[in-house]
Amino acid sequence: MNEHTLKQFDTDMEAIRSVVLNMGGLVEQQLLRAINLLKSGNDEAVQDVLADEERINSMEMEIDQLCTQIISKRQPAAIDLRMIMTFLKTANDLERIGDEAKKVASKGQEIHDSKRVTVAHLHELSWVSQMTRQMVQKALDALARLDVKAAAEVLGEDEKVDAEFVSIVRQMASYMMEDPRTISVCIEIVLIAKAIERIGDHAKNICEYVVHVVKGKDVRHASLAEIQREIGKG
Amino acid sequence: MDHSTAFAPKIKIHNLSFYYGSYQALKPMAFEIPENRVTAFIGPSGCGKSTLLRTFNRMYELYPNQRATGEIMMDGENILDPHQDLNMLRAKIGMVIQKPTPFPMSVFDNIVFGIKLYENLSRRELEERVEWALRKAALWDEVKAILNQSGTSLSGGQQQRLCIARAIAVKPEVLLLDEPASALDPISTARIEELIHELKEDYTIAIVTHNMQQAARVSDYTAYMYLGELIEFGRTDEIFIKPKRKETEDYITGRFG
Repeated sequence: MNEHTLKQFDTDMEAIRSVVLNMGGLVEQQLLRAINLLKSGNDEAVQDVLADEERINSMEMEIDQLCTQIISKRQPAAIDLRMIMTFLKTANDLERIGDEAKKVASKGQEIHDSKRVTVAHLHELSWVSQMTRQMVQKALDALARLDVKAAAEVLGEDEKVDAEFVSIVRQMASYMMEDPRTISVCIEIVLIAKAIERIGDHAKNICEYVVHVVKGKDVRHASLAEIQREIGKG
Repeated sequence: MDHSTAFAPKIKIHNLSFYYGSYQALKPMAFEIPENRVTAFIGPSGCGKSTLLRTFNRMYELYPNQRATGEIMMDGENILDPHQDLNMLRAKIGMVIQKPTPFPMSVFDNIVFGIKLYENLSRRELEERVEWALRKAALWDEVKAILNQSGTSLSGGQQQRLCIARAIAVKPEVLLLDEPASALDPISTARIEELIHELKEDYTIAIVTHNMQQAARVSDYTAYMYLGELIEFGRTDEIFIKPKRKETEDYITGRFG
């Protein structure tokens, strides 16, 4: 994309973009900590996740403010407007990812503290949590490079995460039937799995915004096949 | 490219070219101006948008060495046909230009001036028509007590609305507006924009503007022109969110040149 005749417009856009990507980096890190905590049950990690949460919240507000300013000052149109809408909505999704990561961390901590859990139980979450973490990472890369092909890949992965969630629920149901003493821990695990699955949905949202910025087409409720067709168009 | 709209066309442009002497200012273009809608023409200075507007009422014929070729069809007739009665044409297609141009006569006579060229009305009918036109132009309340004062004594915004009243007093079918608000303050501009919105119920409007946000606000269709070519024509909502051509996107987002 060429530069604006008004250079300050580019500077303003770049400032917002950089806060969004920094916020993304922070959220990614928070998610990684939450996932590690699932494995290790480290108390300090919970404190770190909670501390990041505040910074993430204030970044979301900063992005809202910067976008409001640029809209009122520069009346952006076309790709600029689509980009700004994407910054706003991405900030919201990132904040939600942060919330879900916090849930994962605190529930993980509870499970570890209660000492009821067997490693086998938490192992069920390992694949899906790695998968969603990668989705978030790829979604942010796709946003940074406005890469619709990368965005489409993430959209495909979300379907796998959704399927994995259903399978975890089924697995936990069978544990609970086998041994009612595992009920409370299995419910916690289902809740963690749900939080992880939601993180995947937010990564997917970000990728849909990327398609909208680049292609100008709102693909939020389109099927994967339709989205791929859209991306294939010149 | 298909440049027809979802609405009945009022004016159909086909293979239109325009020349200032040997210089071709408009490259062959084809599109339709929909009836009872507002069509905006945008583009950088010198792109031909005002030239295009001036072909619709053949205003260019006031100047030597200017000529248009091709077709501008309205109601089954080619506007460019040499046999067209220019007075009748200009009664059907009214025009308001950038600079307010009240005649040096009273507010009342400014409006009556055009009517008398085309119609023979009684004093009472004339008074009714003047009030109607001034009300349509949202000026009546401000001037009803000073109808005998000179039109040039009004403020810039009022003068421009007076010119619009004068243009609609002869009951045209099409209204051509060439930068109608560019010399006005924001409040007068808002009044003119509101007026355009109300007028499109009765008229087909074509507006040339340098103010992109104004085009986005007032028009249903937008045409982007560059170097005498029609680059893109489409629904305003689409042009300002996701134009099809990169040139259009660059222009409306301020990435031009």
